[in-house]
Amino acid sequence: MAYLSIVALIPLAAVLFKSLDGGLDSFWTAISTPQAIAALCLTLIASVIVVLINAVTGTLIAWVLVRDEFRGKGFVNSLIDLPFALPTIVAGLTLLAFYGQDSPVGVNVAFTKVSVVLALLFVTLPFVVRAVQPVLLELDTEMEEAAESLGAGKFTVFRRIILPNLMPAIIAGGGLAFARAVGEFGSLVLITGNVPFDTQVASVFIFAQVESDNPIGAAAVSVVLLVVALVVLLFFGLLSKKALRHEE
Amino acid sequence: MRSKYTLRFLALGYLVLLVGIPVVLVFINAFQDGIAAAWGSVTTPEAQHAFYMTVVMVVVAVPLNTIFGVLCALAIVRQRFRGRALLNAMVDLPFAVSPVVVGLALLLVYGRRDGWIGEWLAERGIQVIFSTPGMILATMFVSLPFVVREVIPVLREIGTEQEQAAATLGAGRFQTFFRVTLPAIRWGVAYGVVLTTARALGEFGAVSVVSGKLSGRTETLPLFVENRYQRFDETAAYAASVVLALLALATLVAMNLIKPKEARG
Repeated sequence: MAYLSIVALIPLAAVLFKSLDGGLDSFWTAISTPQAIAALCLTLIASVIVVLINAVTGTLIAWVLVRDEFRGKGFVNSLIDLPFALPTIVAGLTLLAFYGQDSPVGVNVAFTKVSVVLALLFVTLPFVVRAVQPVLLELDTEMEEAAESLGAGKFTVFRRIILPNLMPAIIAGGGLAFARAVGEFGSLVLITGNVPFDTQVASVFIFAQVESDNPIGAAAVSVVLLVVALVVLLFFGLLSKKALRHEE
Repeated sequence: MRSKYTLRFLALGYLVLLVGIPVVLVFINAFQDGIAAAWGSVTTPEAQHAFYMTVVMVVVAVPLNTIFGVLCALAIVRQRFRGRALLNAMVDLPFAVSPVVVGLALLLVYGRRDGWIGEWLAERGIQVIFSTPGMILATMFVSLPFVVREVIPVLREIGTEQEQAAATLGAGRFQTFFRVTLPAIRWGVAYGVVLTTARALGEFGAVSVVSGKLSGRTETLPLFVENRYQRFDETAAYAASVVLALLALATLVAMNLIKPKEARG
């Protein structure tokens, strides 16, 4: 507990206190500057988009990895964890190599809002896949077969039988992905160009405030990010539990 | 049947476009001026020092977080005390915090001007921010939860029967831990250590805030990558990335070797 306090809790408390150094008014002023609002909005919107895309692609990938058989599946399966293992700055450089100015296929999204979403998709790839996979493995095919024998089409089986069973896992994975996306920094530094009012996300904004010696502004936006991440984790946790209960 | 191939094609296509091709391209870009140029750019004194700093981060942060992780998991699973649920929730906190916020937080405690105890430390000649201790603290912060998270389910799974048997046979607490508990959770610990190491090797955001980015002094390998790229030395940036990517691949291999053993117990 003491270790936890020294390493994590006391520093976080310091952020909270610093953000309130000048009273609530200056806290409010700090987070309502146009640049701070633009950065926070971009972060939240991009994160929502990323979670929605992940919910679809993550479920799809998990499905293919569990129900499909093909050569090299084991390799693909371990490839999923690569975004976790790869340092974030390398992740950014990696995407820049293919989707940047020197792109061999001429797709240049560097310094645009698309690049923000792209980088976040890369770093959050494993969350939904790894949450859905074990549930899909456990899922009995009997129910699906019963539904099919009763005349349900493939789509109906998926929508009425499989999806409700996977929902808690998709939501739980999505929550983790959202928390990660909101705070992401390393992979965005190189590819987004950090243009204020355009491609500057909240974490990069905080970094800029630290560099330009505005600790109160940095701390205030940090507190907003922290609260958003905690609320989302809590909310998605509850939602996932509710979906579980619904299933029973 | 056709829908099966469509799904496979979509899933694999997405992975290839998002992960596969970009990662391969980093390797190609690193060696575009030949292997000698790439090798030369990662063996400069700055690059070597960056590598050394990264090793320091791992060597200090990983053992400390491993010891803490095992003790913390034991406390959460085996003991009943007030605030246990709180501790359980708090351990995950570093996952919910942006790396930049971690850096800022350390700055506000240990920083010389803004920090709570920065001045006190400075008077005693201890510099935390813009030097190694601060970077180590940042690395410890971000890699804190991994071992705890991996060990808790294993501890729940093995139950207390064997430990109780050892205790009735006259084993002390330490003996029970080292002879019974630790061997049973070893693969869980190993998996946590691999994840901790991967994170410690690659941490960028938190370390970049507290390091001051002094080239050749407080620069780790990920910071070196950014620095080189910003200075248009792409070969060095890509070559150093390849070093980090190879370490990441080694992590993946280790994970795949440990996972089945962990499942078997």
